[in-house]
Amino acid sequence: MLKYLAARLLTFVPTFIGVTLISFAFIRLLPGDPIIVMAGERGMTEERYAELSAQLGFDRPIYVQFWEYLTGVLQGDLGQSFVTRRPVWDEFFSLFPATLELSIFAMIFALALGLPAGVIAAVNRGKFFDRALMSTALVGYSMPIFWWALLLIIIFSGQLGWTPVSGRIDLIYYFSNPTGFMVIDAIKSGQEGALASALRHLVLPAIVLGTIPLAVIARQTRSAMLEVLGEDYIRTARAKGLPPLRINGIHALRNALIPVITVIGLSVGTLLAGAILTETIFSWPGIGKWMVDSIFRRDYPVVQGGLLLIAVMVMLVNLTVDLLYGVINPKIRKR
Amino acid sequence: MKLRSYLATAAMLALGAGAASAQSLVYCSEGSPEGFDPALYTSGTTFDASSQPIFNRLAQFIPGTTEVEPGLAESWEISEDGKTITFKLREGVKFHSNDQFTPTRDFNADDVIFTFDRQGNPENPYNKVSGGSWEYYAGMSMPELLESIEKVDDYTVKFHLTRPDAPFIANMAMDFASIHSKEYADAMMEAGTPEALNQKPIGTGPFVFQAYQKDAIIRYVRNPDYWGPPARVEALIFAITPDASVRYQKVKAGECHVMAYPNPADVQEMKDNQDIVVMEQEGLNVGYMAYNTQVPPFDNPKVRKALNMAIDKQAIIDVVFQGSGQIAKNPIPPTMWSYQDTVEDDPYDPDAAKAMLAEEGVSDLSMKIWAMPVQRPYNPNARRMAELMQEDFSQIGVNVEIVSYEWGEYLERSSDVDRDGAVLLGWTGDNGDPDNFLAVLLGCDGVGASNRAQWCHEPFDELINKAKVLTDQDERTKLYEEAQIVFKEQAPWATIAHSVVYMPMRPEVDNYVVHPLGTHIFNEVGFSD
Repeated sequence: MLKYLAARLLTFVPTFIGVTLISFAFIRLLPGDPIIVMAGERGMTEERYAELSAQLGFDRPIYVQFWEYLTGVLQGDLGQSFVTRRPVWDEFFSLFPATLELSIFAMIFALALGLPAGVIAAVNRGKFFDRALMSTALVGYSMPIFWWALLLIIIFSGQLGWTPVSGRIDLIYYFSNPTGFMVIDAIKSGQEGALASALRHLVLPAIVLGTIPLAVIARQTRSAMLEVLGEDYIRTARAKGLPPLRINGIHALRNALIPVITVIGLSVGTLLAGAILTETIFSWPGIGKWMVDSIFRRDYPVVQGGLLLIAVMVMLVNLTVDLLYGVINPKIRKR
Repeated sequence: MKLRSYLATAAMLALGAGAASAQSLVYCSEGSPEGFDPALYTSGTTFDASSQPIFNRLAQFIPGTTEVEPGLAESWEISEDGKTITFKLREGVKFHSNDQFTPTRDFNADDVIFTFDRQGNPENPYNKVSGGSWEYYAGMSMPELLESIEKVDDYTVKFHLTRPDAPFIANMAMDFASIHSKEYADAMMEAGTPEALNQKPIGTGPFVFQAYQKDAIIRYVRNPDYWGPPARVEALIFAITPDASVRYQKVKAGECHVMAYPNPADVQEMKDNQDIVVMEQEGLNVGYMAYNTQVPPFDNPKVRKALNMAIDKQAIIDVVFQGSGQIAKNPIPPTMWSYQDTVEDDPYDPDAAKAMLAEEGVSDLSMKIWAMPVQRPYNPNARRMAELMQEDFSQIGVNVEIVSYEWGEYLERSSDVDRDGAVLLGWTGDNGDPDNFLAVLLGCDGVGASNRAQWCHEPFDELINKAKVLTDQDERTKLYEEAQIVFKEQAPWATIAHSVVYMPMRPEVDNYVVHPLGTHIFNEVGFSD
């Protein structure tokens, strides 16, 4: 197992360097000069341009800039945002907890509904319930996030008043040394009603962000289950007279989980992409919105640093998923 | 501790009354500030969150106007040659405190000198802090204009200028001129955290900065020691909400009292809603199309005039601005002093336009119209605007190709003297002075940069240069009025529209004034009973 882990970690090195290079090149390939964008309609003189260019280090050859960036990264320094002048590292970690919290709740929502829905659909294959579930999943998968979010806001917040429109907690709550995870902060503070408020604020964004993963998980679970349900040992189990719940829930589902977990791992990328829109609509202060704003402003350090950190997160999640295979299926562990 | 007890009170009150507590005003803002040191930045979003609540300036704009009144300076005197301005400073003004700093002295001349010295003097230890690039200081030509600042005594400072400059006092009311505490700056430098000036701001303003979470919330509490009339609400909260539809829902649900920048399409529905009051005012801006007046046939004023007559501006107001704009006939907006109302706009008359072009010997004209890739207050949809013009111009036999570039490229290339085509662009005023429009956008000095028409017309330039050095506003008004007549005759631009700014708010919000410079100010806002 350790050997396997070490081998997997080794593959990180070229990926990491590749990501560094791509993130550095990507933002520079986009047309648009951050200095000109900064000056706006006013424009600026050539001397002023040269001065700012030198201040930001753009006057040096590109390979020197890359080398400095790379050595900075290896020392844990991702540079400073052109716009806010704050270290990229600080900005990322002040915003990331919000994205992580939202993603976790979105995933819980997707799994809590997606797994049972997939199992039930597979067991009732071809029946009305199966068709209804799978068509709903297809609709969920195709729904534009933006539209879906506004629809939920208008119905549940605007018309019914059940949930808040946006934000992470009611404005009356204020925590002095926050961890950034609102649910944890709310519990820690002990303020009456804080936890309920934080959870109420999570409902709509988690549903919106979790909708696509929910659809994918439900469909994937269904097809994996169908495959497993046709296996000999399931027939044997049935012949032995085991109760259906035990057959479907334990014998079949466990074996069907491998492809489902792969999908969950891959969904992390989808979640981060979806977070961009979800965060913008719900005024959720996470990294999605931060990245988009930075791309528009050509804030090089933020875009390259943010991409790098996100890539590392995705790599770590996929590593975890690979290790999970072993936990679920002992055959993989032994290999 | 003081801050905490304030907050506890606010929280208890709010718990009783829901989010719409009478003690805290919630403003749904459109984005996060870049920081809290206004001199470092140029965006209105940052100014709303920093210079307006937290800081004061030597002079300040009278709410709802572009006229200037004394702020931290009680009065000022301009020498006869116009090159020395003596400010008499207000006494007894206290700076805020925070967990790292408590002031030991009141505001004085040292703070004024520090505020400007750090922006202009490369030797000042704060010149490079937070990557200081001092855009506005440079943009308002302060480095060339400001020779020195002299401290006469603790409450008198003299600004020595290299030339007389009438807009200088208005510049002192601009956000970049917000006065910082030198004592705080020194303390933070000593503590090794100079960037605290930008992250934990200390000012003299009506509200004290309390907390900020990026992309989520900014909290302020009332400054109990404010030198002016104290703020009417105990706490001011900015709920950062980037999506306009969501801001609207939040006002409807009572989660915000005031919101910024509604979608034009929602305004009518808001006006029909009894729970929302919509205030409106013409913005201090202009959207225009600049011909390249150095490239034939656009070097001929009659050709430019003929093209202007072919544009159906009302259609643009209806379609592009969805009614939230008004036709522009002058290069400055009607809310600005010296606006020349006697000027008649070019009539919309395609037949006459066609005849005029033929008279000038122009036939089979093909041209480019540049459409900006971004949305601006002065032009919510440049692509659509260009398409309407393309249609208008085809009526008079002029063939239009619409081009666009990424925003940075667009700004850069549109400044080129030999640019091919007419450019859609616009401007939002900085200091309410006509010089800020006429000289920046149409003066000879701006050719190759902010003067996108590449238009250098001596009679016009003479008028605006003369007006710039006079201190008497009546005399300046006459010159600017005359300059606008010259502008209209020469037609370097097609003036298109001034947008209207809408501010939706809850009906209980009292005394909100829409500021023509676009900033949102809350110290005099409260709740009606």
